[in-house]
Amino acid sequence: MKESIISINRVHFRYPEQTEYALKDITFQVAKGEWLAIVGHNGSGKSTLAKMLNGLHYPQEGEVTICDFPLKDEFVWDIRRRLGMVFQNPDNQFVGTTVQDDVAFGLENNGVPHEVMVERVEKSLQRVGMLDFLNQEPHHLSGGQKQRVAIAGVIALQPDIILLDEATSMLDPRGREEVLQTVRQLKDEQDLTVISITHDLEEASRADRIIVLNKGSVYREGTPEEIFQMNEELVELGLDVPFPVKLSGVLRSQDFEIASNYLTEEELVRELWTSNFKK
Amino acid sequence: MMEKMIFGRYLPLQSVVHRLDPRAKLLFIFGFVIVVFLANNALSYGLLAVFTLVFIYLSKINVRFLLAGLKPVIWLIAFTFLLHIFLTREGDLLFEAGFLKVYEGGVRQGAFISLRFLLLIFVTSLLTLTTSPISITDGLESLLKPFKKLKLPVHELALMMSISLRFIPTLMDETDKIMKAQMARGADFSSGPIKERVKAVVPLLIPLFVSAFKRAEELAVAMEARGYKGGEGRTKYRLLHWQGRDTAALIILVVLAALLWWTRS
Repeated sequence: MKESIISINRVHFRYPEQTEYALKDITFQVAKGEWLAIVGHNGSGKSTLAKMLNGLHYPQEGEVTICDFPLKDEFVWDIRRRLGMVFQNPDNQFVGTTVQDDVAFGLENNGVPHEVMVERVEKSLQRVGMLDFLNQEPHHLSGGQKQRVAIAGVIALQPDIILLDEATSMLDPRGREEVLQTVRQLKDEQDLTVISITHDLEEASRADRIIVLNKGSVYREGTPEEIFQMNEELVELGLDVPFPVKLSGVLRSQDFEIASNYLTEEELVRELWTSNFKK
Repeated sequence: MMEKMIFGRYLPLQSVVHRLDPRAKLLFIFGFVIVVFLANNALSYGLLAVFTLVFIYLSKINVRFLLAGLKPVIWLIAFTFLLHIFLTREGDLLFEAGFLKVYEGGVRQGAFISLRFLLLIFVTSLLTLTTSPISITDGLESLLKPFKKLKLPVHELALMMSISLRFIPTLMDETDKIMKAQMARGADFSSGPIKERVKAVVPLLIPLFVSAFKRAEELAVAMEARGYKGGEGRTKYRLLHWQGRDTAALIILVVLAALLWWTRS
Protein backbone atom coordinates (compact mmCIF):
# COMPACT_ATOMS: atom_id res chain seq x y z
CA MET A 1 0.00 0.00 0.00
CA LYS A 2 1.17 3.49 -0.84
CA GLU A 3 2.00 5.95 1.87
CA SER A 4 -1.10 7.36 3.49
CA ILE A 5 -1.82 11.09 3.39
CA ILE A 6 -4.81 11.15 5.71
CA SER A 7 -5.28 8.92 8.64
CA ILE A 8 -8.35 8.87 10.81
CA ASN A 9 -8.18 6.83 13.96
CA ARG A 10 -11.18 5.95 16.16
CA VAL A 11 -12.84 9.30 15.70
CA HIS A 12 -15.98 10.26 17.58
CA PHE A 13 -17.87 13.48 17.12
CA ARG A 14 -21.07 14.83 18.58
CA TYR A 15 -22.70 18.20 17.88
CA PRO A 16 -23.22 20.32 20.94
CA GLU A 17 -26.67 19.86 22.50
CA GLN A 18 -27.19 16.52 20.81
CA THR A 19 -27.08 13.14 22.47
CA GLU A 20 -26.54 11.05 19.35
CA TYR A 21 -23.00 10.85 17.96
CA ALA A 22 -22.74 12.17 14.39
CA LEU A 23 -19.56 10.14 13.88
CA LYS A 24 -18.94 6.93 15.80
CA ASP A 25 -15.60 5.20 15.97
CA ILE A 26 -14.46 5.97 12.45
CA THR A 27 -11.12 4.61 11.30
CA PHE A 28 -9.68 4.71 7.79
CA GLN A 29 -6.67 5.81 5.80
CA VAL A 30 -6.41 7.62 2.51
CA ALA A 31 -3.47 6.73 0.31
CA LYS A 32 -1.53 9.39 -1.54
CA GLY A 33 -2.79 9.79 -5.12
CA GLU A 34 -5.96 7.82 -4.52
CA TRP A 35 -9.53 8.77 -5.44
CA LEU A 36 -11.71 7.88 -2.51
CA ALA A 37 -15.47 8.26 -2.53
CA ILE A 38 -17.37 8.50 0.72
CA VAL A 39 -21.03 7.72 0.17
CA GLY A 40 -23.98 7.69 2.47
CA HIS A 41 -27.58 8.69 2.87
CA ASN A 42 -28.55 12.11 4.30
CA GLY A 43 -27.59 12.18 7.94
CA SER A 44 -25.06 9.41 7.58
CA GLY A 45 -22.40 11.77 8.86
CA LYS A 46 -20.61 12.33 5.58
CA SER A 47 -20.88 16.11 5.65
CA THR A 48 -19.73 16.20 9.26
CA LEU A 49 -16.74 14.14 8.22
CA ALA A 50 -15.99 16.54 5.35
CA LYS A 51 -16.05 19.50 7.71
CA MET A 52 -13.77 17.69 10.09
CA LEU A 53 -11.19 17.06 7.40
CA ASN A 54 -11.02 20.80 6.86
CA GLY A 55 -10.74 21.68 10.52
CA LEU A 56 -14.22 23.17 10.73
CA HIS A 57 -15.01 20.58 13.42
CA TYR A 58 -12.63 18.89 15.82
CA PRO A 59 -13.10 15.29 16.96
CA GLN A 60 -14.05 14.79 20.60
CA GLU A 61 -12.19 11.49 20.69
CA GLY A 62 -9.64 9.93 18.39
CA GLU A 63 -7.03 11.41 16.08
CA VAL A 64 -7.05 12.88 12.61
CA THR A 65 -3.76 13.41 10.79
CA ILE A 66 -3.67 15.21 7.46
CA CYS A 67 -0.41 15.59 5.51
CA ASP A 68 1.54 14.84 8.69
CA PHE A 69 -0.28 17.57 10.62
CA PRO A 70 -2.43 16.49 13.55
CA LEU A 71 -5.81 18.20 13.48
CA LYS A 72 -5.21 20.83 16.15
CA ASP A 73 -5.86 24.55 16.38
CA GLU A 74 -2.27 25.50 15.67
CA PHE A 75 -2.06 23.48 12.45
CA VAL A 76 -5.47 24.23 11.04
CA TRP A 77 -4.21 26.82 8.52
CA ASP A 78 -1.44 24.48 7.35
CA ILE A 79 -4.04 21.80 6.77
CA ARG A 80 -6.33 24.16 4.88
CA ARG A 81 -3.42 25.12 2.62
CA ARG A 82 -2.95 21.46 1.68
CA LEU A 83 -6.54 20.33 1.54
CA GLY A 84 -8.76 22.35 -0.79
CA MET A 85 -12.49 22.03 -0.55
CA VAL A 86 -15.23 22.44 -3.16
CA PHE A 87 -18.68 22.87 -1.64
CA GLN A 88 -22.16 21.97 -2.77
CA ASN A 89 -23.72 25.28 -3.71
CA PRO A 90 -21.85 26.93 -6.59
CA ASP A 91 -23.20 30.38 -5.69
CA ASN A 92 -22.41 30.39 -2.01
CA GLN A 93 -18.69 29.79 -2.38
CA PHE A 94 -18.03 32.37 -5.06
CA VAL A 95 -16.45 35.28 -3.17
CA GLY A 96 -14.95 37.42 -5.92
CA THR A 97 -16.87 39.82 -8.16
CA THR A 98 -15.27 38.27 -11.24
CA VAL A 99 -13.79 34.87 -12.09
CA GLN A 100 -10.20 36.00 -11.67
CA ASP A 101 -10.90 37.74 -8.36
CA ASP A 102 -12.47 34.59 -7.04
CA VAL A 103 -9.53 32.39 -8.00
CA ALA A 104 -7.19 34.93 -6.43
CA PHE A 105 -9.13 35.00 -3.14
CA GLY A 106 -7.39 31.98 -1.61
CA LEU A 107 -4.00 33.25 -2.80
CA GLU A 108 -4.63 36.67 -1.26
CA ASN A 109 -5.53 35.02 2.03
CA ASN A 110 -2.25 33.18 2.05
CA GLY A 111 -0.20 36.27 1.36
CA VAL A 112 1.09 35.13 -2.04
CA PRO A 113 3.05 37.95 -3.75
CA HIS A 114 1.29 39.77 -6.59
CA GLU A 115 3.41 38.54 -9.53
CA VAL A 116 3.11 34.89 -8.47
CA MET A 117 -0.60 35.42 -7.97
CA VAL A 118 -1.21 36.68 -11.52
CA GLU A 119 0.69 33.74 -12.94
CA ARG A 120 -1.11 31.15 -10.83
CA VAL A 121 -4.58 32.56 -11.47
CA GLU A 122 -3.98 32.30 -15.20
CA LYS A 123 -2.52 28.83 -15.03
CA SER A 124 -5.24 27.41 -12.80
CA LEU A 125 -8.00 28.85 -14.97
CA GLN A 126 -6.34 27.40 -18.02
CA ARG A 127 -6.23 23.98 -16.46
CA VAL A 128 -9.95 23.92 -15.74
CA GLY A 129 -10.68 25.38 -19.17
CA MET A 130 -12.07 28.68 -17.91
CA LEU A 131 -9.36 31.08 -19.06
CA ASP A 132 -11.68 32.75 -21.56
CA PHE A 133 -13.98 33.78 -18.71
CA LEU A 134 -11.36 35.72 -16.76
CA ASN A 135 -13.44 38.89 -16.41
CA GLN A 136 -16.88 37.31 -16.28
CA GLU A 137 -19.19 37.92 -13.36
CA PRO A 138 -20.56 34.85 -11.56
CA HIS A 139 -24.18 35.38 -12.59
CA HIS A 140 -23.22 34.94 -16.23
CA LEU A 141 -21.81 31.45 -15.58
CA SER A 142 -23.54 28.07 -15.44
CA GLY A 143 -23.39 25.94 -12.31
CA GLY A 144 -20.78 23.64 -13.81
CA GLN A 145 -18.63 26.60 -14.81
CA LYS A 146 -18.85 28.09 -11.33
CA GLN A 147 -17.76 24.78 -9.82
CA ARG A 148 -14.82 24.68 -12.23
CA VAL A 149 -13.84 28.16 -11.10
CA ALA A 150 -14.07 26.90 -7.52
CA ILE A 151 -11.73 24.06 -8.46
CA ALA A 152 -9.35 26.54 -10.07
CA GLY A 153 -9.40 28.51 -6.82
CA VAL A 154 -8.45 25.34 -4.98
CA ILE A 155 -5.64 24.21 -7.28
CA ALA A 156 -4.17 27.71 -7.44
CA LEU A 157 -3.05 27.05 -3.87
CA GLN A 158 -1.28 23.88 -5.03
CA PRO A 159 -2.87 21.55 -2.50
CA ASP A 160 -2.14 17.84 -2.08
CA ILE A 161 -5.76 16.89 -1.56
CA ILE A 162 -9.03 18.04 -3.13
CA LEU A 163 -12.18 17.39 -1.18
CA LEU A 164 -15.44 17.52 -3.12
CA ASP A 165 -18.30 17.93 -0.65
CA GLU A 166 -21.37 17.07 -2.74
CA ALA A 167 -19.83 19.34 -5.34
CA THR A 168 -21.91 17.98 -8.22
CA SER A 169 -25.26 17.48 -6.51
CA MET A 170 -26.73 20.82 -7.61
CA LEU A 171 -25.60 20.52 -11.21
CA ASP A 172 -27.37 19.22 -14.30
CA PRO A 173 -25.93 16.07 -15.92
CA ARG A 174 -23.74 18.08 -18.29
CA GLY A 175 -22.35 20.26 -15.50
CA ARG A 176 -21.67 17.17 -13.41
CA GLU A 177 -19.78 15.56 -16.27
CA GLU A 178 -17.76 18.77 -16.82
CA VAL A 179 -16.72 18.93 -13.19
CA LEU A 180 -15.84 15.24 -12.82
CA GLN A 181 -13.83 15.28 -16.07
CA THR A 182 -11.89 18.28 -14.83
CA VAL A 183 -11.12 16.61 -11.54
CA ARG A 184 -10.05 13.35 -13.21
CA GLN A 185 -7.76 15.25 -15.56
CA LEU A 186 -6.17 17.26 -12.76
CA LYS A 187 -5.67 14.15 -10.69
CA ASP A 188 -3.90 12.39 -13.55
CA GLU A 189 -1.68 15.37 -14.34
CA GLN A 190 -0.30 15.80 -10.89
CA ASP A 191 -0.38 13.31 -8.09
CA LEU A 192 -3.47 14.75 -6.41
CA THR A 193 -5.49 12.88 -3.85
CA VAL A 194 -9.23 13.25 -4.38
CA ILE A 195 -11.90 12.62 -1.81
CA SER A 196 -15.43 12.95 -3.09
CA ILE A 197 -18.26 12.97 -0.65
CA THR A 198 -21.49 12.21 -2.41
CA HIS A 199 -24.76 10.34 -2.39
CA ASP A 200 -24.53 9.78 -6.12
CA LEU A 201 -23.15 6.30 -6.74
CA GLU A 202 -22.59 7.19 -10.38
CA GLU A 203 -20.00 9.71 -9.23
CA ALA A 204 -18.61 7.25 -6.71
CA SER A 205 -18.15 4.63 -9.43
CA ARG A 206 -15.20 6.65 -10.76
CA ALA A 207 -13.30 6.30 -7.51
CA ASP A 208 -10.59 3.77 -6.74
CA ARG A 209 -12.23 2.95 -3.46
CA ILE A 210 -15.56 3.59 -1.79
CA ILE A 211 -16.41 3.92 1.87
CA VAL A 212 -20.07 3.57 2.73
CA LEU A 213 -21.14 5.47 5.83
CA ASN A 214 -24.31 4.71 7.70
CA LYS A 215 -25.55 6.34 10.90
CA GLY A 216 -22.15 7.79 11.62
CA SER A 217 -20.00 4.72 11.21
CA VAL A 218 -18.19 2.96 8.41
CA TYR A 219 -20.62 0.39 7.04
CA ARG A 220 -18.53 -1.09 4.24
CA GLU A 221 -15.34 -0.35 2.39
CA GLY A 222 -14.18 -1.67 -0.97
CA THR A 223 -13.65 -1.08 -4.68
CA PRO A 224 -16.66 0.16 -6.64
CA GLU A 225 -17.17 -3.35 -8.05
CA GLU A 226 -17.27 -4.83 -4.57
CA ILE A 227 -19.60 -2.16 -3.23
CA PHE A 228 -22.07 -2.43 -6.09
CA GLN A 229 -22.39 -6.18 -5.48
CA MET A 230 -24.30 -5.21 -2.36
CA ASN A 231 -27.17 -4.11 -4.61
CA GLU A 232 -30.28 -4.53 -2.43
CA GLU A 233 -28.39 -3.63 0.66
CA LEU A 234 -27.38 -0.29 -0.86
CA VAL A 235 -30.98 0.48 -1.71
CA GLU A 236 -31.90 -0.21 1.89
CA LEU A 237 -29.26 2.32 2.96
CA GLY A 238 -31.05 4.90 0.84
CA LEU A 239 -28.47 4.91 -1.93
CA ASP A 240 -29.45 4.51 -5.51
CA VAL A 241 -27.45 2.02 -7.53
CA PRO A 242 -26.27 3.41 -10.88
CA PHE A 243 -28.42 2.45 -13.84
CA PRO A 244 -25.87 0.20 -15.65
CA VAL A 245 -25.31 -1.77 -12.46
CA LYS A 246 -29.05 -2.12 -11.94
CA LEU A 247 -29.59 -3.18 -15.54
CA SER A 248 -26.86 -5.81 -15.51
CA GLY A 249 -28.28 -7.17 -12.27
CA VAL A 250 -31.73 -7.49 -13.79
CA LEU A 251 -30.32 -9.07 -16.96
CA ARG A 252 -28.47 -11.63 -14.91
CA SER A 253 -31.56 -12.47 -12.89
CA GLN A 254 -33.31 -13.15 -16.25
CA ASP A 255 -30.58 -15.72 -16.99
CA PHE A 256 -28.97 -13.49 -19.56
CA GLU A 257 -25.27 -14.23 -19.55
CA ILE A 258 -23.36 -11.16 -18.63
CA ALA A 259 -19.76 -11.13 -17.51
CA SER A 260 -19.72 -8.81 -14.53
CA ASN A 261 -21.27 -5.79 -12.94
CA TYR A 262 -20.68 -2.89 -15.27
CA LEU A 263 -20.10 0.47 -13.73
CA THR A 264 -20.43 2.65 -16.78
CA GLU A 265 -22.98 2.74 -19.52
CA GLU A 266 -20.26 2.49 -22.14
CA GLU A 267 -18.90 -0.78 -20.82
CA LEU A 268 -22.35 -2.28 -20.57
CA VAL A 269 -23.28 -1.22 -24.10
CA ARG A 270 -20.08 -2.76 -25.45
CA GLU A 271 -20.84 -6.02 -23.66
CA LEU A 272 -24.39 -6.07 -24.97
CA TRP A 273 -23.71 -5.39 -28.63
CA THR A 274 -20.88 -7.88 -28.76
CA SER A 275 -22.68 -10.55 -26.71
CA ASN A 276 -24.03 -12.36 -29.76
CA PHE A 277 -20.60 -12.73 -31.35
CA LYS A 278 -19.20 -14.41 -28.32
CA LYS A 279 -21.71 -17.21 -28.40
CA MET B 1 -36.24 43.83 -14.32
CA MET B 2 -32.70 43.21 -13.10
CA GLU B 3 -30.80 45.36 -15.57
CA LYS B 4 -32.98 48.39 -14.95
CA MET B 5 -32.62 48.30 -11.21
CA ILE B 6 -28.86 48.43 -11.04
CA PHE B 7 -28.24 52.06 -10.37
CA GLY B 8 -24.87 53.61 -11.02
CA ARG B 9 -24.32 51.50 -14.08
CA TYR B 10 -20.76 51.13 -15.28
CA LEU B 11 -20.02 51.63 -18.97
CA PRO B 12 -16.74 50.00 -19.91
CA LEU B 13 -15.30 52.34 -22.55
CA GLN B 14 -11.76 53.40 -23.35
CA SER B 15 -11.18 57.00 -22.33
CA VAL B 16 -8.82 59.12 -20.28
CA VAL B 17 -11.43 59.37 -17.57
CA HIS B 18 -11.86 55.60 -17.49
CA ARG B 19 -8.14 55.07 -17.19
CA LEU B 20 -7.72 57.43 -14.24
CA ASP B 21 -6.85 55.80 -10.93
CA PRO B 22 -10.04 55.31 -8.89
CA ARG B 23 -8.37 57.10 -5.98
CA ALA B 24 -7.75 60.14 -8.18
CA LYS B 25 -11.36 60.10 -9.31
CA LEU B 26 -12.70 59.77 -5.76
CA LEU B 27 -10.53 62.63 -4.51
CA PHE B 28 -11.45 64.70 -7.53
CA ILE B 29 -15.20 64.22 -7.02
CA PHE B 30 -14.87 64.91 -3.31
CA GLY B 31 -13.00 68.13 -4.09
CA PHE B 32 -15.42 69.08 -6.84
CA VAL B 33 -18.41 68.78 -4.53
CA ILE B 34 -16.80 71.39 -2.28
CA VAL B 35 -15.55 73.60 -5.08
CA VAL B 36 -19.01 73.83 -6.64
CA PHE B 37 -20.11 75.92 -3.68
CA LEU B 38 -17.56 78.60 -4.50
CA ALA B 39 -19.50 79.69 -7.57
CA ASN B 40 -21.93 82.52 -6.90
CA ASN B 41 -22.32 84.55 -10.11
CA ALA B 42 -22.98 84.00 -13.80
CA LEU B 43 -19.31 84.01 -14.72
CA SER B 44 -18.20 81.44 -12.12
CA TYR B 45 -21.21 79.20 -12.87
CA GLY B 46 -20.43 79.46 -16.56
CA LEU B 47 -16.86 78.41 -15.84
CA LEU B 48 -18.06 75.38 -13.87
CA ALA B 49 -20.48 74.38 -16.60
CA VAL B 50 -17.82 74.58 -19.31
CA PHE B 51 -15.48 72.59 -17.15
CA THR B 52 -18.08 69.86 -16.57
CA LEU B 53 -18.90 69.69 -20.27
CA VAL B 54 -15.22 69.17 -21.12
CA PHE B 55 -15.08 66.45 -18.49
CA ILE B 56 -18.12 64.72 -20.02
CA TYR B 57 -16.62 65.03 -23.50
CA LEU B 58 -13.36 63.43 -22.35
CA SER B 59 -15.19 60.47 -20.81
CA LYS B 60 -16.83 59.60 -24.18
CA ILE B 61 -20.03 58.83 -22.27
CA ASN B 62 -23.22 59.31 -24.23
CA VAL B 63 -25.17 62.25 -22.74
CA ARG B 64 -28.25 60.03 -22.85
CA PHE B 65 -26.91 58.00 -19.93
CA LEU B 66 -26.29 61.14 -17.90
CA LEU B 67 -29.79 62.39 -18.58
CA ALA B 68 -31.19 59.00 -17.52
CA GLY B 69 -29.39 59.49 -14.21
CA LEU B 70 -31.33 62.74 -13.74
CA LYS B 71 -34.74 61.11 -13.86
CA PRO B 72 -35.07 60.31 -10.15
CA VAL B 73 -34.09 63.82 -9.06
CA ILE B 74 -35.69 65.96 -11.74
CA TRP B 75 -38.70 66.67 -9.49
CA LEU B 76 -36.47 67.69 -6.65
CA ILE B 77 -34.66 70.13 -8.91
CA ALA B 78 -37.94 71.53 -10.25
CA PHE B 79 -39.28 71.89 -6.72
CA THR B 80 -36.21 73.81 -5.47
CA PHE B 81 -36.35 76.01 -8.53
CA LEU B 82 -39.98 76.93 -7.90
CA LEU B 83 -39.37 77.40 -4.20
CA HIS B 84 -36.64 79.92 -4.95
CA ILE B 85 -38.71 81.73 -7.55
CA PHE B 86 -41.61 82.30 -5.23
CA LEU B 87 -39.87 82.78 -1.93
CA THR B 88 -36.79 84.89 -2.71
CA ARG B 89 -37.65 88.57 -2.64
CA GLU B 90 -34.67 90.38 -4.09
CA GLY B 91 -34.04 92.65 -7.06
CA ASP B 92 -36.69 94.00 -9.41
CA LEU B 93 -40.22 92.76 -9.46
CA LEU B 94 -40.68 90.87 -12.73
CA PHE B 95 -44.15 89.52 -12.52
CA GLU B 96 -47.14 89.71 -10.27
CA ALA B 97 -50.32 87.66 -10.21
CA GLY B 98 -52.48 87.95 -7.10
CA PHE B 99 -50.41 87.04 -4.09
CA LEU B 100 -47.61 85.52 -6.28
CA LYS B 101 -44.71 87.84 -6.79
CA VAL B 102 -41.70 86.84 -8.85
CA TYR B 103 -38.52 88.83 -8.39
CA GLU B 104 -35.46 88.91 -10.61
CA GLY B 105 -33.24 87.70 -7.74
CA GLY B 106 -35.48 84.69 -7.24
CA VAL B 107 -35.16 83.58 -10.85
CA ARG B 108 -31.41 84.00 -10.70
CA GLN B 109 -31.11 82.11 -7.39
CA GLY B 110 -33.37 79.32 -8.65
CA ALA B 111 -31.40 78.95 -11.85
CA PHE B 112 -28.08 78.86 -9.99
CA ILE B 113 -29.21 76.29 -7.46
CA SER B 114 -30.69 74.06 -10.15
CA LEU B 115 -27.50 74.34 -12.17
CA ARG B 116 -25.48 73.42 -9.11
CA PHE B 117 -27.64 70.35 -8.59
CA LEU B 118 -27.33 69.39 -12.21
CA LEU B 119 -23.53 69.69 -12.26
CA LEU B 120 -23.16 67.68 -9.06
CA ILE B 121 -25.30 64.89 -10.43
CA PHE B 122 -23.49 64.86 -13.75
CA VAL B 123 -20.07 64.67 -12.17
CA THR B 124 -20.97 62.02 -9.60
CA SER B 125 -22.70 59.88 -12.24
CA LEU B 126 -19.55 60.18 -14.30
CA LEU B 127 -17.70 58.50 -11.44
CA THR B 128 -19.95 55.43 -11.44
CA LEU B 129 -20.27 55.38 -15.23
CA THR B 130 -16.52 55.34 -15.78
CA THR B 131 -15.36 53.27 -12.80
CA SER B 132 -16.29 49.66 -12.13
CA PRO B 133 -17.77 49.09 -8.66
CA ILE B 134 -14.86 46.89 -7.71
CA SER B 135 -12.38 49.65 -8.62
CA ILE B 136 -14.34 52.11 -6.50
CA THR B 137 -14.11 49.64 -3.62
CA ASP B 138 -10.36 49.24 -4.13
CA GLY B 139 -9.93 52.99 -4.32
CA LEU B 140 -11.93 53.56 -1.13
CA GLU B 141 -9.99 50.88 0.72
CA SER B 142 -6.72 52.44 -0.30
CA LEU B 143 -7.82 56.00 0.54
CA LEU B 144 -9.20 55.01 3.92
CA LYS B 145 -6.09 53.09 4.90
CA PRO B 146 -4.77 55.89 7.18
CA PHE B 147 -7.94 55.56 9.25
CA LYS B 148 -6.90 52.06 10.23
CA LYS B 149 -4.89 53.68 13.00
CA LEU B 150 -8.15 55.00 14.40
CA LYS B 151 -9.40 51.38 14.54
CA LEU B 152 -11.65 51.81 11.51
CA PRO B 153 -12.03 48.29 10.03
CA VAL B 154 -11.09 49.41 6.52
CA HIS B 155 -10.36 46.00 5.05
CA GLU B 156 -13.54 44.52 6.45
CA LEU B 157 -15.64 47.38 5.10
CA ALA B 158 -14.13 46.97 1.64
CA LEU B 159 -14.70 43.22 1.71
CA MET B 160 -18.29 43.75 2.80
CA MET B 161 -18.80 46.16 -0.06
CA SER B 162 -17.36 43.82 -2.66
CA ILE B 163 -19.32 40.84 -1.39
CA SER B 164 -22.54 42.87 -1.44
CA LEU B 165 -21.80 43.92 -5.01
CA ARG B 166 -21.17 40.32 -5.97
CA PHE B 167 -24.43 39.14 -4.39
CA ILE B 168 -26.76 41.83 -5.77
CA PRO B 169 -27.52 39.90 -9.00
CA THR B 170 -27.80 36.61 -7.09
CA LEU B 171 -30.37 38.03 -4.68
CA MET B 172 -32.21 39.77 -7.51
CA ASP B 173 -32.57 36.43 -9.25
CA GLU B 174 -33.78 34.93 -6.04
CA THR B 175 -36.36 37.68 -5.49
CA ASP B 176 -37.63 37.07 -8.96
CA LYS B 177 -37.92 33.36 -8.31
CA ILE B 178 -39.72 33.76 -4.96
CA MET B 179 -42.04 36.32 -6.49
CA LYS B 180 -43.00 33.90 -9.24
CA ALA B 181 -43.41 31.09 -6.73
CA GLN B 182 -45.76 33.22 -4.63
CA MET B 183 -47.65 34.41 -7.68
CA ALA B 184 -48.13 30.79 -8.68
CA ARG B 185 -49.80 30.32 -5.30
CA GLY B 186 -52.10 33.24 -5.93
CA ALA B 187 -50.21 36.14 -4.37
CA ASP B 188 -50.99 39.49 -5.97
CA PHE B 189 -48.20 42.07 -5.97
CA SER B 190 -49.44 44.56 -8.51
CA SER B 191 -52.99 45.56 -7.65
CA GLY B 192 -55.15 46.57 -4.75
CA PRO B 193 -54.79 49.43 -2.28
CA ILE B 194 -51.35 50.41 -0.97
CA LYS B 195 -51.96 48.71 2.36
CA GLU B 196 -52.68 45.38 0.69
CA ARG B 197 -49.68 45.70 -1.57
CA VAL B 198 -47.33 46.38 1.31
CA LYS B 199 -48.75 43.33 3.07
CA ALA B 200 -48.16 41.24 -0.04
CA VAL B 201 -44.44 41.97 0.19
CA VAL B 202 -44.09 40.15 3.50
CA PRO B 203 -44.25 36.63 2.03
CA LEU B 204 -41.60 37.82 -0.42
CA LEU B 205 -39.23 39.27 2.14
CA ILE B 206 -39.28 36.47 4.67
CA PRO B 207 -38.06 33.68 2.35
CA LEU B 208 -35.56 36.11 0.88
CA PHE B 209 -34.11 36.92 4.30
CA VAL B 210 -34.01 33.28 5.32
CA SER B 211 -32.12 32.34 2.20
CA ALA B 212 -29.77 35.33 2.43
CA PHE B 213 -28.80 34.30 5.96
CA LYS B 214 -28.26 30.73 4.82
CA ARG B 215 -26.07 31.93 1.99
CA ALA B 216 -24.09 34.14 4.34
CA GLU B 217 -23.41 31.22 6.62
CA GLU B 218 -22.28 28.95 3.81
CA LEU B 219 -20.15 31.70 2.35
CA ALA B 220 -18.45 32.24 5.69
CA VAL B 221 -17.62 28.53 5.92
CA ALA B 222 -16.29 28.52 2.35
CA MET B 223 -14.18 31.61 3.03
CA GLU B 224 -12.69 30.07 6.12
CA ALA B 225 -11.97 26.83 4.26
CA ARG B 226 -10.11 28.89 1.68
CA GLY B 227 -7.87 30.33 4.34
CA TYR B 228 -9.54 33.65 5.09
CA LYS B 229 -8.43 34.90 8.51
CA GLY B 230 -8.94 38.64 8.31
CA GLY B 231 -6.94 41.39 6.67
CA GLU B 232 -3.69 40.62 8.46
CA GLY B 233 -0.93 39.26 6.21
CA ARG B 234 -3.12 39.42 3.14
CA THR B 235 -1.82 40.40 -0.28
CA LYS B 236 -3.86 42.08 -2.99
CA TYR B 237 -4.57 40.73 -6.46
CA ARG B 238 -5.73 44.09 -7.77
CA LEU B 239 -3.08 46.77 -7.62
CA LEU B 240 -3.63 50.48 -8.18
CA HIS B 241 -1.06 52.50 -10.11
CA TRP B 242 -0.96 56.23 -9.50
CA GLN B 243 0.27 57.93 -12.64
CA GLY B 244 1.08 61.37 -14.01
CA ARG B 245 -2.43 61.89 -15.34
CA ASP B 246 -3.87 61.27 -11.87
CA THR B 247 -1.74 64.02 -10.37
CA ALA B 248 -2.67 66.20 -13.35
CA ALA B 249 -6.38 65.68 -12.66
CA LEU B 250 -5.96 66.91 -9.10
CA ILE B 251 -3.91 69.91 -10.25
CA ILE B 252 -6.68 70.81 -12.68
CA LEU B 253 -9.12 70.75 -9.80
CA VAL B 254 -6.91 73.14 -7.80
CA VAL B 255 -6.67 75.46 -10.80
CA LEU B 256 -10.45 75.39 -11.15
CA ALA B 257 -10.84 76.27 -7.49
CA ALA B 258 -8.42 79.20 -7.91
CA LEU B 259 -10.27 80.47 -10.98
CA LEU B 260 -13.59 80.28 -9.16
CA TRP B 261 -12.18 82.13 -6.20
CA TRP B 262 -11.02 84.80 -8.57
CA THR B 263 -14.26 85.16 -10.56
CA ARG B 264 -16.74 84.94 -7.70
CA SER B 265 -18.17 88.15 -6.38
